[in-house]
Amino acid sequence: MHPSDPLKNILYVDLTEKEFWVEEKPELFQNYLGGTGVAIKLLLEECPQGCDPLSKDNPIILAVGPLTGLYPFASKTVAMFKSPHTGNLGESHCGGRNAIALRMAGYGAVVIKGASETPIYLAIHGDKVYFRDASALWGMQNSFTVGRIIRENEPNAGFRSIMRIGGAGEKLVSYACVTSETYRHFGRLGLGAVFGSKKLKAIVISGRRSLPIKDKREYCRLYDEIYHKAIESEVMKKYHDLGTAENIMPLNKLGALPTRNLLYSQLEDAEGISGETLASQYLGRRLACSHCPIGCIHIAALREPYEDEAYFYKTTMISYDYELIYSLGSMLGVSNAHDLLRLIDKVETYAMDAMSAGVTLAWATEAQRQGLISERETNGLKLEWGEAEEYIKAIDLIIKQPNEFYQALARGVEYASTKYGGGEYALSFGGNEMPGYHTGPAAHIGFLIGARHSHLDNAGYSIDQKTLIEKQLSPEELVEKLIEEESWRQILSSLVVCFFARGVYQPRVVEETLRVTGFNIDDPKKLGREILEEKYRFKTREGFNLRNLSIPKRILETSSAIGEIDGEYIRRSIEYAEETLIGVKG
Amino acid sequence: MRLAVVDTDRCIGCQSCMFACTRRQGETGFAHSRINVRSKGGMERGFIVVVCRACRDPPCSKVCPTDALKPRDGGGVIFDSDRCIGCRNCQNACPIGAVFWNEEINKPMICIHCGYCINYCPHGVLTMEET
Ligand code: SF4
Ligand code: SF4
Repeated sequence: MHPSDPLKNILYVDLTEKEFWVEEKPELFQNYLGGTGVAIKLLLEECPQGCDPLSKDNPIILAVGPLTGLYPFASKTVAMFKSPHTGNLGESHCGGRNAIALRMAGYGAVVIKGASETPIYLAIHGDKVYFRDASALWGMQNSFTVGRIIRENEPNAGFRSIMRIGGAGEKLVSYACVTSETYRHFGRLGLGAVFGSKKLKAIVISGRRSLPIKDKREYCRLYDEIYHKAIESEVMKKYHDLGTAENIMPLNKLGALPTRNLLYSQLEDAEGISGETLASQYLGRRLACSHCPIGCIHIAALREPYEDEAYFYKTTMISYDYELIYSLGSMLGVSNAHDLLRLIDKVETYAMDAMSAGVTLAWATEAQRQGLISERETNGLKLEWGEAEEYIKAIDLIIKQPNEFYQALARGVEYASTKYGGGEYALSFGGNEMPGYHTGPAAHIGFLIGARHSHLDNAGYSIDQKTLIEKQLSPEELVEKLIEEESWRQILSSLVVCFFARGVYQPRVVEETLRVTGFNIDDPKKLGREILEEKYRFKTREGFNLRNLSIPKRILETSSAIGEIDGEYIRRSIEYAEETLIGVKG
Repeated sequence: MRLAVVDTDRCIGCQSCMFACTRRQGETGFAHSRINVRSKGGMERGFIVVVCRACRDPPCSKVCPTDALKPRDGGGVIFDSDRCIGCRNCQNACPIGAVFWNEEINKPMICIHCGYCINYCPHGVLTMEET
């Protein structure tokens, strides 16, 4: 690391005492780079074993990496915390402007401890930290409004990030998210509820410093190589053109698009919510994270009439992505783009994880159809596939929580199904709701053994589509592949590079960036594996056990893109993962 | 030649141009960027690109008490750092906010219309133009 690189500075904030201080930890960054690597070390240190995720003891760690501010696509911040959703490792990644803002404020990481008694928001402007009264903002359900107000109140437009919660975070919905720059999220595993439990409505962070460069010529050469490779690559073009929504039609064709709580893996009229339809009828703008020339963020313009007056309209700008189209579209049998966008907007307003919300509602729909719950529980709602109006009301009720049923839905599908039954079709993996890939066993094994139970941990869906579709792999071979991918991704998320740019950040390029930024890492792959094992160390410490994982029956019943999935194969894979990752023999 | 902002509606807010400007100066980050991209009050409304537009008769130059900013052929100004006393008159005179401030040395930073950043704007927002 360059000796004057401010990456080594960690900002500690104590919300209880309203104090802050900076500690320099160059070695931590030298050894673990930043992002995931540094955050997991800090989490192991700061999070007391067995702590209640919604207590003041649970720390929030935000970390960026050595490439942030130096190379394109290093545009994400890693958040780590103990998840109120799974009761275990919480890690989520967010784009927008927070990574650049944090780095330009002069830090590599921020550790937030304690809890405030009254609502506050934090304003971090370079080396100044302010604890601002947020009493007037508390109770404000709409995360857009919160952003708008803070935007007006704080300086440094263009150099800042505003991360905030909406109603879901305040109401401690265990899958509440934190929204940044209106359209990006720390989406999964409930960081929003951790904010809520600390009475922390928002964090605004800004900075505009410069960062040193050792060898200017080498730096610029490598910058150009990365930049041009990305701009000219087909994959990146795809992300810019239709965005991740492009995947709806191909996955549907393959029979991999989870539909109606995965009773099916194809949606008859998927075209209605395809990337193509959304782009041609609704796309209003495309945006980028700071320092990403691609710009995969797609914003739809939804024009709706007011019912009480003719010629009176409102236009809402709504961001859409594959995962939201799956979870609030196909999963709920919604195949009309207008309805889908209204649902997305609802979830976004309250700032909750769309995947968890959609999968939970899909389970509730099936449970109601089966008579496990009735209108008594649903407060009179009749949840039915494709009925967006009812779902919109249900989301309001998840926030209001008028009865035990909605309190249960606010804790996700695993909790709700334990209480009301229907566990066979509760699509939960390690406590986290299913992502939108029913491609084959690799995807599901990936969700189960991935440290975050996310499709982005190890991209099992890609192994299904590229390898398993052609040939069989033994459970051992498959798990080795998944772990290898997840290990490598620890390097990318420690640097912190957007996973969409992984094609550009191949091992050689990564090694060169490390060299140019003055990091001495002998074997990045080995370090990636070590970071993954550290994450597993935390998981095990907090009671996670691969052997206790339940496999939702539904995934074995509905044919995937590569046919029926064998439960025994999944079990053997998990056993092998346990042997490899934790050293426990089956 | 001058740097021209052709169409801000094509801007995706990636700030690659800002990083290019400081890279050209041998560093990275934002401290010394002479171009700024910020949202029009929320990302949903798109972006504003703030940069010197190479005025023919630059107001910043007119208010400089020490002649540190001389009109440049083709528009804009040439800055003579030695003459500058850091009074900020130029900054106050620029109606579009394109006079940025170097806090370390207490002097203005204004685009020199070198054109480096346009190579890093992938969406045709910036271009070089004859004046
Ligand atoms: S033209 Fe040159 S000086 Fe002006 S903003 Fe672009 S890179 Fe900076
Ligand atoms: S490089 Fe182009 S698209 Fe990106 S912020 Fe600058 S002007 Fe906008």
